[in-house]
Amino acid sequence: MSSMQDHTVVRSSRASRFAALAGIAILILLIAAPLWAGRADMRLLGELFLYLALASLWNLLAGYAGLVSVGQQAFVGFGGYLLFALTIFGGLHPVLAIGVAGLLGAAIAVPVALLIFRLRGAYFAIGTWVVAEVFRLTFAQISVLGGGSGSSLPVSIVKSVAANRTMREWTSYWMALGLVVLVLAVVYLFLRSRRGLALTAIRDNELAASSLGIDIWKTQFQVYVVTAGLTALTGGLIFLQKLRISPDAAFSVNDWTAFVIFIVVIGGIGTIEGPIIGTLVYFALREFLSDLGTIYLIVLGVVAILIMLKAPKGLWGLIRERWGIELFPLSHRVIYSKPDKEK
Amino acid sequence: MHVDWINSIIQGVLLGGLYAMIAAGLSLIFGVMRLVNIAHGDLIILAAYLGLTVASALGLYPLTALLIVVPVMAVIGYGLQRIVLNNTLSDDILPPLLVTFGLSVIIQNGLLEIYSADPQKLDAGQLGVASTNVAGISVGLLPLLMFVTAVVVIAGLQWIFYRTALGRAFRAVSDNQDVAQLMGLNKRHVYGVAMALSLAVVALAGIFLGMRTSFDPSIGGGRLIFGFEAVIIGGLGNLWGTLVGGVILGVAQNIGAQINPGWQVLAGHVVFLFILAVRPRGLFPRMTG
Repeated sequence: MSSMQDHTVVRSSRASRFAALAGIAILILLIAAPLWAGRADMRLLGELFLYLALASLWNLLAGYAGLVSVGQQAFVGFGGYLLFALTIFGGLHPVLAIGVAGLLGAAIAVPVALLIFRLRGAYFAIGTWVVAEVFRLTFAQISVLGGGSGSSLPVSIVKSVAANRTMREWTSYWMALGLVVLVLAVVYLFLRSRRGLALTAIRDNELAASSLGIDIWKTQFQVYVVTAGLTALTGGLIFLQKLRISPDAAFSVNDWTAFVIFIVVIGGIGTIEGPIIGTLVYFALREFLSDLGTIYLIVLGVVAILIMLKAPKGLWGLIRERWGIELFPLSHRVIYSKPDKEK
Repeated sequence: MHVDWINSIIQGVLLGGLYAMIAAGLSLIFGVMRLVNIAHGDLIILAAYLGLTVASALGLYPLTALLIVVPVMAVIGYGLQRIVLNNTLSDDILPPLLVTFGLSVIIQNGLLEIYSADPQKLDAGQLGVASTNVAGISVGLLPLLMFVTAVVVIAGLQWIFYRTALGRAFRAVSDNQDVAQLMGLNKRHVYGVAMALSLAVVALAGIFLGMRTSFDPSIGGGRLIFGFEAVIIGGLGNLWGTLVGGVILGVAQNIGAQINPGWQVLAGHVVFLFILAVRPRGLFPRMTG
């Protein structure tokens, strides 16, 4: 009979410890980007961070909480518009306004969730889209924010971020980097927590999860509200970079949902690593194919469909199956201390 | 003044016919295979463009072009289901949702590539302007024909569903795929036929939409939403309920537009959200989502 001590249960692995060190090194390198990257590179990186944030949040929602939304542009646009409203009419500093926009994004998500959580599955998805349309049409009616044609951020407000252009660009780069670190940390810590375990249980089998006493509605509600707040925060940052907002740009289903879904599907839905891989692939593809215009979107759609049909766990799923590595240690594994030769 | 209101309500009712047609195709495939086709609206626009090409290439009247567009769309539907969508059906809702979402983006950008973003319209000729006088209110013949067609389509689908062998097959695979398969039904084929039927209705909706208003590749998503709202307002699984849902939506939009042109679509969404709040299962539900 084997003793109780012949195995241990661990979460971290050599790969994840290496990834943690590499992650810290990359983070330091990225913080220092103004020292080594040109203006265009930094702008591209900033955009990459914002897309990674959106993708990670959508992944938490759809890949873990089973809430497939095609209406997250509601919160991106909401955050963007609140940045404009709070700075222009509320006189807030843009950075503070973005923070407030995040909080208000979470607040508005509460009544929205109460309403659309009545719809299940695929109908929930279209319900989120209706909400995004309501937001778009409502903001298009607000004439002080430019109505249907939108408005620009006044120069005085732009200048209040930082005195000169270089410093402004650095600030918005660092804010985007800070946001993506925040989002990844929130997603990772959430999934490692007790609630995260509940979430994984819901994803794998709703019925079994609820019979174990997990309050599915409450767990999904919390995820929806937190995700909405962080998405609104991201929206505020996106439009601080763009400096111009209009209802069609702010609530664009292509820009803030289609691309994001493709990123997550290609990278691997339901893993933290997936959106990271997906964002890198997406930006690489975009650099090569963006001249093709609409063809580029068609190619992206075809790739996403093929992946969904042939490798539904995405690129990261293939890597994990092949080598069994996990950069963010979420799953538990059993390590047997020594193979017992006498047995 | 109040004649304007009555007029806009009547126009709304007739417009509801179009929404009911859009919704009927959506409802049909959800009923048979629990699939929500996110590309449904883009397929309607595809049908409108097909109508445009057929009508201009062969010099046909748009309604005559239906003789070609309806079978072509049905074949596209059958092929799409057998080649792509059947592979996505499982207990997991994610694959069909994401695959049809991808299809939506592909169709939309494909149309943009071929036809450009310029708005187009199908030339309805005399029918487009003709009207008849009902109790002092002039009613356009085209909207009237659209509404009558919607009623015929829904009655036809209802008949197929409850009175024919095909309908029995639909209901059988809907109730229990495995048992239906054991009874000798090929569910992959049955699903293909359901999608073919759905896209035949889509073809009708697309041609009427194109004759009524101008269209461009980007408006598919909006039509999907209208169809979806009609389904939810009417209640899942009830085709006549869907007609009522379409009419409510059409009337709400027209009353909204009467108050302020910017409120047309918004008013429809608000009524939808209101009904979702007070009667989450719709007005006349027959099944659960």
